[in-house]
Amino acid sequence: MSTVRAAESLLALSRQEELEDLPKDYPLSPSEDEGDIDGERKHQKLLEAISSLDGKNRWKLAERSEASLKVSEFNVTSEGSGEKLVLSDLLGPVKTSSSLAAVKKQLNRVRSKKTLELPLNNEEVERIHREVAFNKTSQALSKWEPIILKNRQAEQLVFPLEKEQSAFAPIEHVLSGWKARTPLEHEVFNILHKNKQPVTDPLLTPVEKASLKAMSLEEAKMRRAELQRARALQSYYEARARREKKIKSKKYHKVLKKEKAKKALKDFEKLQKVNPTAALEELEKIEKARMMERMSLKHQNSGKWAKAKAIMAKYDLEARQAMQEQLARNKELTQKLQAASDSEEEKGSVEEEGELLVPDTVNEIQRDADGPNPWMLRNPFSGPKEAKVQDAEQLLEPVAHEASESKEEERPGAKEDILLNTFEERRALRKKSGLSQDAEPLRKQESEDSSSQEVLSELRALSQKLNKANQQSGKQNMTSLRTVLPVQREEPTEAEEEPLLMQRPERAHTMEELEELGKEGCFQNKEVPRPVVEGQQLERNPHNLPGAPKEKKRKEQMIDLQNLLTTKSPSVKSLAVPTTVEELEDEEERHQKQMIKEAFAGDDVIRDFLKEKREAVEASKPKDVDLTLPGWGEWGGVGLKPSAKKRRRFLIKAPEGPPRKDKNLPNVIINEKRNVHAAAHQVRVLPYPFTHHQQFERTIQTPIGSTWNTQRAFQKLTTPRVVTKPGHIIKPIKAEDVGYRSSSRSDLSVVQRNPKQLSTRHKKQLKKNSVN
Amino acid sequence: METASKPGRDVQPKKARLQTKKKKPRRYWEKEATLTAAGASPGPPRNKKRNRELRPQRPKNINLPKKSRIPGKPQFPKKPREQRNLEPQRNLSGAQDPFPGPAPIPEEVARKFRRIDKSKKLPHSKSKTRSRLEVAEAEEEEISIKAARSELLLAEEPGFLEGEDGEDTAKIRQAEIVEAVDIASAAKHFDLNLRQFGPYRLNYSPVGRHLAFGGHRGHVATLDWVTKRLMCEINVMEAVRDIRFLHSEALFAVAQNRWLHIYDNQGIELHCIRRCDRVTRLEFLPFHFLLATASETGFLTYLDVSVGKIVAALNARAGRLDVMTKNPYNAVIHLGHSNGTVSLWSPAMKEPLAKILCHRGGVRAVAVDSTGTYMATSGLDHQLKIFDLRGMFQPLSARTLPQGAGHLAFSQRGLLAAGMSDVVNIWMGQGMASPPSLEQPYLTHRLSGHVHGLHFCPFEDVLGLGHSGGITSMLVPGAAEPNFDGLENNPYRSQKQRQEWEVKALLEKVPAELICLDPRALAEVDVISLEQEKKERIERLGYDPEAKAPFQPKPKQKGRSSTASLVKRRRKVMDKEHRDKVRQSLEQQPQKQEKKAKPLKARPSALDRFVR
Repeated sequence: MSTVRAAESLLALSRQEELEDLPKDYPLSPSEDEGDIDGERKHQKLLEAISSLDGKNRWKLAERSEASLKVSEFNVTSEGSGEKLVLSDLLGPVKTSSSLAAVKKQLNRVRSKKTLELPLNNEEVERIHREVAFNKTSQALSKWEPIILKNRQAEQLVFPLEKEQSAFAPIEHVLSGWKARTPLEHEVFNILHKNKQPVTDPLLTPVEKASLKAMSLEEAKMRRAELQRARALQSYYEARARREKKIKSKKYHKVLKKEKAKKALKDFEKLQKVNPTAALEELEKIEKARMMERMSLKHQNSGKWAKAKAIMAKYDLEARQAMQEQLARNKELTQKLQAASDSEEEKGSVEEEGELLVPDTVNEIQRDADGPNPWMLRNPFSGPKEAKVQDAEQLLEPVAHEASESKEEERPGAKEDILLNTFEERRALRKKSGLSQDAEPLRKQESEDSSSQEVLSELRALSQKLNKANQQSGKQNMTSLRTVLPVQREEPTEAEEEPLLMQRPERAHTMEELEELGKEGCFQNKEVPRPVVEGQQLERNPHNLPGAPKEKKRKEQMIDLQNLLTTKSPSVKSLAVPTTVEELEDEEERHQKQMIKEAFAGDDVIRDFLKEKREAVEASKPKDVDLTLPGWGEWGGVGLKPSAKKRRRFLIKAPEGPPRKDKNLPNVIINEKRNVHAAAHQVRVLPYPFTHHQQFERTIQTPIGSTWNTQRAFQKLTTPRVVTKPGHIIKPIKAEDVGYRSSSRSDLSVVQRNPKQLSTRHKKQLKKNSVN
Repeated sequence: METASKPGRDVQPKKARLQTKKKKPRRYWEKEATLTAAGASPGPPRNKKRNRELRPQRPKNINLPKKSRIPGKPQFPKKPREQRNLEPQRNLSGAQDPFPGPAPIPEEVARKFRRIDKSKKLPHSKSKTRSRLEVAEAEEEEISIKAARSELLLAEEPGFLEGEDGEDTAKIRQAEIVEAVDIASAAKHFDLNLRQFGPYRLNYSPVGRHLAFGGHRGHVATLDWVTKRLMCEINVMEAVRDIRFLHSEALFAVAQNRWLHIYDNQGIELHCIRRCDRVTRLEFLPFHFLLATASETGFLTYLDVSVGKIVAALNARAGRLDVMTKNPYNAVIHLGHSNGTVSLWSPAMKEPLAKILCHRGGVRAVAVDSTGTYMATSGLDHQLKIFDLRGMFQPLSARTLPQGAGHLAFSQRGLLAAGMSDVVNIWMGQGMASPPSLEQPYLTHRLSGHVHGLHFCPFEDVLGLGHSGGITSMLVPGAAEPNFDGLENNPYRSQKQRQEWEVKALLEKVPAELICLDPRALAEVDVISLEQEKKERIERLGYDPEAKAPFQPKPKQKGRSSTASLVKRRRKVMDKEHRDKVRQSLEQQPQKQEKKAKPLKARPSALDRFVR
């Protein structure tokens, strides 16, 4: 009890403390002063009523103001507190612990989330469940759709579905199970075993194998000697190489290198003469090396060694030389480009003396143009090169240029040939100019006897300019010429290029011609087959041909029967009647006619026939139904006829039938009655997918009998749609039968993941099956 | 085969270039494999074998005279092979098939076997139906290709007598022809002098090897006319009106004075059919096993010889019947009457299928060609006419003959023979499917007596003539079909083969009631009964299950689909349909009115009443 008291007093204390904090307008807790309570409440109500008067907060929750003895741990009221009670505060322990902190965090997280929505009512939940289940099952079942479709369209179904794998037992299996029984078999087996005849693949006895492997003694000896020799040589060579490698003398290595270079050069020259293609390859290799050099910083004096040397270079002459050498090497390696395209560059320099040097790339492109790129094939002539040349020409003699232009249009091939010649000449000139510039014009004149005057003058001017250019950019040329190797390299390429260049325009020309020819041919072809096609069309529908005149005839009125029968037909003289006197022919004919007329005077065939036809037509017409009852509603008796009005009223007119087939055929009566016996054999019910009888007729147009078909076709046409094996139970189709995995869940998952893919896969499968 | 087509030629070098350009890297094992394979089976190249298989059997029956006067038709250029597989497959022996793949089929050959008329437009079909149609079409194409592939290769080609420029072939005599041709063919021309037993009727067996003839005074004989071996010879001691082989040479029917008798090849009388009395003409329909008899009493009787029953006895109501022929295409019997008409009969119908007025006088002879396209008639008015039987029954050509033809016969290839007293004329058409042109006779022959029977021998260029002086076998180059179907009518068949064929033919017997004018009509749906059934069904159900459902307006948004608006919408659609219908009928009407209006023209005016 004392403890309880103590607790109460404590509580009271704490409340007092709280009260001090609270603002006064808050209702006091009921435990405080009971006497004031009633008045307080009334006052509160009054306040509420007043506040409700202004129309806001009409629905204020009634606050609980009674003291409650039940203080449950589940509903904590925030009554009487100034702030809302925070849940985490309650959990705040006296001393903080890590586990509680975690709980706090979780609580925070929970609080940050929105409130849960009301659970749906049962019906809706069930509906959703049903929908989902339906979707799932329909998806799961949809995998069968292609199979069903396939089976419906299949020409033949074979049941039971699972096929027993026809086991291809290997022969040794069969043989192992087999035992010789008869004496003959024993004997055969004995022989086979004696020879160790294998029954399986190699089909060679060990003896045979051995004999195959065997070699003659001499051969073996020779081979051994050869091997020995090869081994010895190899060891010698290795030893030598090792020794040479150990030599440290720089001079020796230098000499060695030079020798190697020389040798390589010589080899290359040789190759050039003997095998130009190989030389080209070699060239390519060099080219590649150049490219590598350009890419790398190997000889740029940027390496560690080079830097060290650079410091020393001021004082050490050798070091300086070494550095220069390296630079030179770099240049040498990268130089080739200038040398290779120098012809163009020269020309470029000729044209634009004051201008800057053309960047390498341009030249490269031009050179590349001679390469295999087909798009660039035609360009070199119509492109910059030609333009440059034309510029040059313009400078020289505009009139001539015009002339040449007109010429060019006429025969571009020839012009290009000339251009090529000029290039060649220039190249030769340049070489000489490096040596002796004075002797040039003379030599050139000598060489150009064959070429035309125009070209000559042109060349002369060009060469003069060239000289100037050489003087001005002499250094450059010298550098380019200094390296002998690149020039030498370059020349064969040029030599190679030339024939190609020579050929190309021609080829293009011929191609164009070919195209033209082809076009012409096409036109001719087009013109020719048209009548053929028409003929085919005519042939194709021969049924139309008789149809056309039919229509025409239909338009005509009835053909006159009299005319039809009495058309004057030419008479035929039988050749085998030589006895008849020809002079009397006409007379005889007349006489005959007379006789015939007399003979048929009595019976008028035509009238009879027409009468018969009329009767037949009448008979075949549907009859009207007369429902008049004489005497009904009027006077009756003998001799009285129902009035016309009445008869008209009660006459049911029969529907007009289709027009008779012989409507426009005067000399024919076609029976319109149906052949009932034959109709019994005809199809009278349309099978399922067909909606019109013409559609079905089309499918039964081809005969399936062996009389009209080849044996194969007959068999194919008459294969049964379903084949069953007698004595076998036909089980329902299973997933494994059609290549699915058995477990339904996996199927489901597959279906859900990519139904489309699955279907395509199945289509493929179906195709495969059908093919098989 | 040896000539490649032009496009093919274009393709070839291209291919070669391609190969050189894009050379396949050779694997080290490839060469080995081929080498070993070659070593393993050094067999003959494949194509040789196939060629042997494809070699056609050459029928030896036709020995066309090989004189320059009788040249064969110009050879058709060989159809170019299509280039199928550009890459020839290597077979086991390493030899390459120079013609890989199946032999290509020229389109026109395959088209011959197509039955579906694609020019006909079908009503719109659903996708399911369409797929079925597509399947049917694909099947047809495949089958036609197969059929085209199995056609005879290097078949015998027919040829005709051809006169040198200005020469008339009709003036060439039989003796000259016989002189020109080889011995075997010359032996086919012969005369049998049988003056005692009056004019003869004759008939060749369906395979063309046997000849039966009966004289008016009772002499009946059958013989293998190629070898001239007599099979039987009897005298029936009665007037013989007609004689005809049944389905094989083992049986023949003789129309005697009173009744119809059937004999076997030994001359033993098997049957006497008394229900067929006073028979004047006989015809045998081989696929139906029907013997049609025309009697003096005016009855056309069909006798099923496989079961011995009379299928139908039809009264032609046209008096005595003595002109009869069959249409080999549809097995319809043509009867010629004295009132100038030709009537067409089927055992299924009591009335003639059609009646054609052909001549002013009575019809003397009728013949129908083997394709069933043309009918030749000759009448008492001395005219010879050729009719088109394809629906129109109109005369194509006519010719007056001095004496009028008493007998007519068509050959297998459409030659028309006419017997006029003691002269026989033969006319030739321009091509296979054209009617014989009556302007110029192809051949003429004069006999020792009046012609009484004409029959072209099947598969032999021979015309058999029965006359009062006996029998004459006449050579008519180009008359018969040079290529026979060994499974259908094999002139060289053995007894065993004949028996087997007989069984098969009996199994495939066509019911008599299926005979109608257009046999293709059987492959059509019976539209009348189909519609009838549909009507009955509608009656039974009370509604049309296939009818278009009446318009039902869809419910619209809330408040918009009141009953009134629904009714309004329905009414709108109905009205529109009605309007369309009325418009259509209006469009049709003026056409009718115009037709009617023309004869009226003058309308009576109000003032007419005052006219006196």
